[in-house]
Amino acid sequence: MSVELGHFALVLALALSLVQAIVPLLGARVGSSSLMRVGEPAAITGFALIALSFAALVLAYVQSDFSVLNVWENSHSAKPLLFKITGAWGNHEGSMLLWVLILAFFGALVAAFGQNLPPTLRANVLAIQGLIATAFLLFILFTSNPFIRLEPAPIEGRDLNPILQDIGLAIHPPLLYLGYVGFSISFSFAVAALIDGRMDAAWARWVRPWTLAAWAFLTGGIAMGSYWAYYELGWGGFWFWDPVENASFMPWLAGTALLHSAIVMEKRSALKIWTVLLAILTFSLSLLGTFLVRSGVLTSVHSFASDPARGVFILAILVFFIGGALALFAIRAASLAPGGLFHPISREGALVLNNLLLTTAAATVLVGTLYPLALEALSADKISVGAPFYNLTFVPLFLPLLVAVPFGPLLAWKRGDLPGALQRLQFAFWAAGAAAIASYFLIDRASAVAALGIGLGLWLVFGAVTDLAIKSGIGKVGAAVALRRLAGLPLSMFGTCLAHGGLGLTVLGIVSVTSLQAENILTMQPGQSTEISGYTLRFKDLRPFTGPNYTEDRAEFEIGTDRGGSLGELVSSKRLYTARGMPTTEAGIRTMGLSQLYVSIGDRTEAGLVVRIWWKPFVTLIWIGALVMMGGGFISLMDRRLRVGAPSRRKAPVAVANEGKS
Amino acid sequence: MTFRALLLALGLLLGLSGMAAALQPDEVLADPALEARARHLSTELRCMVCQNQSIDDSDAELARDLRILLRERLKAGDTDEEVLDYIVARYGEFVLLKPRFSARNAVLWATPVLILLAGGLLAVVALRRRGNSAAAPLSAEEEAALRDVLKDQS
Repeated sequence: MSVELGHFALVLALALSLVQAIVPLLGARVGSSSLMRVGEPAAITGFALIALSFAALVLAYVQSDFSVLNVWENSHSAKPLLFKITGAWGNHEGSMLLWVLILAFFGALVAAFGQNLPPTLRANVLAIQGLIATAFLLFILFTSNPFIRLEPAPIEGRDLNPILQDIGLAIHPPLLYLGYVGFSISFSFAVAALIDGRMDAAWARWVRPWTLAAWAFLTGGIAMGSYWAYYELGWGGFWFWDPVENASFMPWLAGTALLHSAIVMEKRSALKIWTVLLAILTFSLSLLGTFLVRSGVLTSVHSFASDPARGVFILAILVFFIGGALALFAIRAASLAPGGLFHPISREGALVLNNLLLTTAAATVLVGTLYPLALEALSADKISVGAPFYNLTFVPLFLPLLVAVPFGPLLAWKRGDLPGALQRLQFAFWAAGAAAIASYFLIDRASAVAALGIGLGLWLVFGAVTDLAIKSGIGKVGAAVALRRLAGLPLSMFGTCLAHGGLGLTVLGIVSVTSLQAENILTMQPGQSTEISGYTLRFKDLRPFTGPNYTEDRAEFEIGTDRGGSLGELVSSKRLYTARGMPTTEAGIRTMGLSQLYVSIGDRTEAGLVVRIWWKPFVTLIWIGALVMMGGGFISLMDRRLRVGAPSRRKAPVAVANEGKS
Repeated sequence: MTFRALLLALGLLLGLSGMAAALQPDEVLADPALEARARHLSTELRCMVCQNQSIDDSDAELARDLRILLRERLKAGDTDEEVLDYIVARYGEFVLLKPRFSARNAVLWATPVLILLAGGLLAVVALRRRGNSAAAPLSAEEEAALRDVLKDQS
């Protein structure tokens, strides 16, 4: 019953989203405010209906209702409750429903908190959101309906892919989609502005928080996915340049560029045309990612859906929205007046450089992902584009970007003073340089490249702190005054500091684990010991164990220091999920400070158990850095100036934009 | 489930799953320098039956064969380039995770460079043009307005 209710709610939501797509747009054209106001209740009710539909699906999973095809295919009655719930979006149909739910959520937020938006802009934005929702609801109902029933109902389900039976599935897809789909708001604002032919500082002031929120979620989502792959796949890699990872990385790169160009647009009214284009491109890359993952056009570990009908449908959606938006852009972009002037050496100039490098990076990932597909389609030749390609192309693109990051916030708007900025950064420069030299001489195995990489990471961290120190006047005024000034700085400045510093931490983590990690691959008999990076690992025993829906062989190890102290046990296992007969490796991981000991077991051979041990120095910084970046995004969002729907005390939108100029 | 049944299930699925790091202890070469080269080469070669995995990461039989093959070539005294050529001659360019610089792959390799150059050029041109318009003389009305302001101040 509840399943039919969910199905029905989804159809109603489709009808409503059509209304939302057409009526407000029409109202804005003919200038009827009553027609324009239809958008808000439609968006909020549509969200409620999709939420109801989603709840019905989750309920079917919790109840293990195997009369529903989707539940039968992806669930099992013996599965722990958490994985029953998360299993609802651990498959193609459910994840598309989650996608639309989040889309409707953002639309409802605009409807609820957009009261101080100009009415035509609000109507247009909601209409575009409605249009996107219509397309994806049609897609779900026609090609990927999760509510289809089975007759007769099977007794038991086929279980969820074991790799997905993890807490990661509870966090990674929702965060990722909040980011992916969050960019739809920037997209809708861009298209709405093009329809209106008008963009002002108020527009940028509105787009920025949405972009920032989407970016922060996407950062967290990607980091979570990376950590999940790291511990789940059992060989300790943290980034595989897998096409599906690329699909989320491209919107991140473009979104990061958008975040920065929107600052220029808000503060200086410059880069308008570029910002609009970037807003369109960012969400287009999200759509493209959805297409790549959902159509099954790529074959990779993540693609759990493949059906050509779906592929063609999403491709049509893709062509309609990207083509439509770009066509509108081509027609209307010229009408947007260019804004403020600036010298190449200025805050604006630095942000242009940021945009240039990030956009090129996004284009590189795009061509690397699509080129093998295009080549195969056109000439039947097959090539592979993997990690070595990206490592080679990304390093030269990211190196100048990372070196330039600390300069950006220290340059003045319009015309900056580069030698002055360098002088203010001299502490950061010397400190990072000293650390690089020290690590070259003090750390075993540290190559010159590794030392430079460590220096670069610290340069970002120190540079970020320097910015705050200078803005609060530390060293120039008394400590008490400086502290008071520091506390009085706008939250967005702390956000910038955290985002840039977090990037530095991630760089540090990546550099140290790729260049300094130790590895030990061997066969061990029970009772045998081995050493790695100052720790001893004694293989105690291999025991069978039975879990709720799996059986496993657990290898127990005792960790000790080389001085004989004990650091407790570590368990690494090989698991077999009985319903699907699928084996997985459960790595044993011990975190010590910021570093980790990573143990994964292989097959039993005559010589003993194959054991792979890694010492991964400072590996956790990779994800801690990303979390710090995400935190920076949210702290920046709390800034009064950016707060979504903050009560406005201004007379006109422009007044606030001026107030914000520093 | 007996352990033998489990092993059987594992054996059947191993090629499909590839969920654990791959290098087996018995494959490792005695010479650490040669082994380091072998590891580096392994990360550049694709496991042909896997989904986007290098032979360094894959558990599949074919990946193991390739790892052993490339170590044999290294022991025979081949340079890194010769080893790659040898393997590409047998398995095709699909086996390389970093496509070669060739006319066929020109689009792939040139795109980042071209985008960077074109974007940079566009930015410079836009800045120049904007800079010139900034230096444009004031219009007659602006001149008049300016005179008014200055008059008031003096």
